[in-house]
Formats: sequence, structure tokens, C-alpha cells
Amino acid sequence: MRLTCPLCGDRDSREFSYLGSATLSDRPADDAPFDAWHEYVHLRDNPAGPNAELWHHVSGCSAWLHVVRDTRNHQVLSIRLAEEGA
Amino acid sequence: MRYSGWQVIAKGLRGQRGWQPAWRDPAPKLAYQVIIIGAGGHGLATAYYLAKNHGITDVAVLERGWLGGGNVGRNTTIVRANYHLDGNTEFYSHSLKLWEGLEQELNYNVMMSQRGIINLAHSDGQMDFYARRGNAMRMQGDDAELLDRDRVRRAYPGLNHDNPRFPILGGLRQRRAGTARHDAVAWGFARGADRRGVDLVQNCEVTGFRIERGRVTGVETTRGFIGAGKVGMAVAGRTSQVAQMAGLRLPIESHVLQAFVTEGLKPVLPGVVTFGMGHFYISQSDKGGLVYGGDLDFYNSYAARGNLPMIEHVHEAGMALMPMLGRARMLRHWGGIMDMSMDGSPIIDRTPIDGLYLNGGWCYGGFKATPASGWCFAHLIATDRPSPHAMRLRLDRFETGHVLDEEGTGAQPNKH
Ligand SMILES: Cc1cc2nc3c(=O)[nH]c(=O)nc-3n(C[C@H](O)[C@H](O)[C@H](O)COP(=O)(O)OP(=O)(O)OC[C@H]3O[C@@H](n4cnc5c(N)ncnc54)[C@H](O)[C@@H]3O)c2cc1C
Ligand SMILES: [Zn+2]
Repeated sequence: MRLTCPLCGDRDSREFSYLGSATLSDRPADDAPFDAWHEYVHLRDNPAGPNAELWHHVSGCSAWLHVVRDTRNHQVLSIRLAEEGA
Repeated sequence: MRYSGWQVIAKGLRGQRGWQPAWRDPAPKLAYQVIIIGAGGHGLATAYYLAKNHGITDVAVLERGWLGGGNVGRNTTIVRANYHLDGNTEFYSHSLKLWEGLEQELNYNVMMSQRGIINLAHSDGQMDFYARRGNAMRMQGDDAELLDRDRVRRAYPGLNHDNPRFPILGGLRQRRAGTARHDAVAWGFARGADRRGVDLVQNCEVTGFRIERGRVTGVETTRGFIGAGKVGMAVAGRTSQVAQMAGLRLPIESHVLQAFVTEGLKPVLPGVVTFGMGHFYISQSDKGGLVYGGDLDFYNSYAARGNLPMIEHVHEAGMALMPMLGRARMLRHWGGIMDMSMDGSPIIDRTPIDGLYLNGGWCYGGFKATPASGWCFAHLIATDRPSPHAMRLRLDRFETGHVLDEEGTGAQPNKH
């Protein structure tokens, strides 16, 4: 599998480290209700199909990337910098 | 037909004629008292113990593919009870005891071989931790021995004991651990359940639930609607999808785990060895093949095959531990989809929907759990109360903070 970093170009997946679902960048407020925190920390859609997720280009430019990837065949559908927001 | 040594000889002398199919191939009925989704090890064991322990025989196991084609037929077959947290220790202890009597129980040769496991230690900290873990195992009533450097060296001369980065300082041994023939476990439970009247229905995918006023009344399938008083999910890597059809969102991610086997070799490994520093584990099958595996591919996956970087990584770890591996030819490798829970421990519990039960989150280690998982899930479905062996494998433990974080890696399924 290869990922095309918007800053560095087409790179081997070994340069990246995987965090998980892109919902992890929607951190609830510190005083958000307990349920919101439970959902954020523990619950996942875990789709068989397109999944929005966070990858870190650790061995490259160090940027956090928002990647939409099909979990059935690892086809990458879109990639952008995570800092660009939802 | 009861299997016996005599049958093998008698049928052998008659050209192997006269064997009958080990189970029927029934069409689904209109309704059942209990439906189990998934004919993997856990679904089949659940059906068996529903019939055996609770006298519930109006049961169907629905399987989208073929019986035993999921993870139960894809794992590295390691069976052990060397956990250290309350909640896990009693469950896996019960499972190992069931394994020890499984062949007589099922009248089926599951090739359970108690050849022992050694978890290798490479630092003083790890030795201390293994002492603690061994004590937890003994408190539970299971066997554990802390081995020093020389005893590991004598037991496994073929390892690289003096690796400069990870020299082997000792290890934790459980002699009652070992390996079993994975397919035979599925087939043995299937035959046992079938003989007690359970319908095993293959090529029958569950595509939805019928839920009325908060209670499940049946399942939609590719072979039509089938009514049910109670429904148990035991679908391993597909747990999130199946639960989602009932509107549930779970603390689970699906990841691929790969495994490997070499050509047959003369005996080099008497038992199972785990090399935690490389997350590498290896044993030798009865045919002589070295069977080994390592980490997940580390990103969500439903592709039942792995990618090349992890193949390289696993072999690097294998070469660090056992350089002779480099001389063996790898014959096959494959992957299975694991239901990775957020704390690395399984769930056997009711769901918020009446009559719908959840068995999942088995991560890397559900094969060894097969008999106890079936035993406890059957108890839960039959009585609506958790089995005493599985009191803490609750779905709400994430909300309440009673997580079973055996590996200390927290809410990161790709770190377990
Ligand atoms: C490579 C690898 C190595 C492993 N090594 C070990 C090990 O050494 N020791 C250990 O203890 N564990 C190990 N495991 C884990 C263990 O194999 C699993 O945790 C365990 O097999 C899961 O339970 P199961 O047998 O019921 O799953 P499965 O055999 O996967 O059964 C689930 C079944 O549900 C069916 N299903 C899914 N969706 C539907 C649907 N909608 N309708 C109908 N049926 C459906 C599937 O087709 C499948 O047959 C390993 C796993 C893998 C992949
Ligand atoms: Zn980059």
C-alpha cells in the first residue's frame, strides 16, 4: 500500500504510522458529558468500506493526514492535511 | 456413529467404505428457539453447550460461508491459560480445563497437544513481571514455572540466546499449554451439536434483524426470514457489521492478522515459544512445519489477506530469535480478520436489545477460548445471567471504567 502525502508525494506505507478513526480529531470539550467522552475514546463505526482515518507521516514531513481508505481492498480514496479541518 | 480405534481398523479393512457424513446439511426451519450467527469455533461450541448443558436443542447456527472457514481455521492454534488479570484468569483457566477433556467429551480427535509454552524474558523488569504473572496463574490454580537462563537454554537450544539486543534471561513456562488442530475443533463441536439436534445451516448470511418493541424476533437472511426467541452473535471479525444491523455501535475495530508456515522440518521446537520483544510466536506442527505469526498489519482491514511490510517485519523478528528460520522455506501465509476490542479483552454479554446477545472482541486470542466461550455464551443465552467464569467480560466495562487492560495498552486496538 502507498499513500500520497500532499507535501511529500507518493510514499511507501511504512513511512506512516496509523492512529485510527478520524473521529479522534473531534475531541469533546473538557466538560462535555460523560457519554461524549465514552463514545470518543471507545466506540467506532468500523466500516467495511470507506473509512476516514488519521495517519501520521512520521518518517517524512511529520504532518497528520486525513485519509479516506476502503478497508476491503486498501484503495485510497482521498488524502489531505488533517489541519485543514473537516 | 461413535468414532473409535476399532472403527478405523474395521473401515480401513473394507476400503474406507461405510463412513457417514459427520453432520447433516438441513434447510433452515421457519423459526427456532435460539439462533447463533456464525459457525466458527465459538458459535459451534455455543450450540453444543446449549444442547448439552441446558437441554436447548431447537437451535440453528447460521453461517454465511462454510463451517469453519473463518478465523477458527486460520489461527496459529496456541492454547494457554497464562493471563494475569482477574476476569481473564478464571475464564481462560476454565477453558484450558475444558480443552483437557475435549476429545473424550466430543468423541473427536482435536489433537490437543500439551507441549507447553515459554514466554521469553530479556530484562530484569520482564523477569519481575513474569514472576508476578506466574503467581497470578498459580493463585488461579493453574501451573506456572519461572525459568532461569540455563533452563531455557536446555529446553530450546536452537534459539539465539545471546542476541546482543535481546539476550534471553529466562522465561515463564506453562506446561499444560500447547496446540490443537484448529479445523478439528470446529468439526468436533459441529458434529457434537448436530448429533444433539442442532441445525447447522451453511451459505446463509444474516442480513438484518427483526426487532419489535425492543425485542429481537428473528433474523433476515439470504435464505429468507427465520424467526427466533433469542439470537446470539458470534461472528468474530464481522462483529461491528452484524451488530450495526441491530443499531449497535461497539468498542471494536477489525484488523488483519497474518500467519505463516514453513515446509516440514525435523523436530526443532518441542513446544510454543513467544518472543514478546518482537511480538513473535512460533511452534512446530505435527507435520513438522514451523507455524508462526506476529503483529497485526496495524490499520483497520477487512481484506482477508495481509500486506508485505508486516511479512518482512515478522521475519525480522523471527530471524532475531531463531536464525535457523532463514534456512527454511516459507510455504504459505494467510490472514484473518480480528475483532480487536478497545482493552484487548473479549465481551460475552447481553445487548440493550432483549433477546440479542454478543460474543466478540477476541483479538489475537480467541482460539484458546473456544470451549469456555461456548460454555459461557450458552449459559448467558439460556439463563440470562452471566456464567461465573465470565462475570467481567461485560460490554459496559468501557463506560464504567472496569476495563481488562491485560497488556497495558489502553484504548488503542491497534496497540494490543
Ligand atoms: C492469523 C491468526 C492467528 C491466530 N492465532 C491464535 C492463537 O494462536 N491462539 C488463539 O487463541 N487465537 C488465535 N487467533 C484468534 C482466533 O482464531 C479467533 O479469535 C477465533 O477463532 C474467533 O472466534 P471464531 O472461531 O468463532 O471465529 P470465526 O471462525 O471467524 O467465526 C465467525 C463466523 O461468522 C461468520 N459470519 C460473519 N458474518 C456473518 C453473517 N452476517 N451471517 C452469518 N455468518 C456470518 C463467518 O463467516 C465466520 O465463519 C488467531 C487469529 C488469526 C487470524
Ligand atoms: Zn509528508
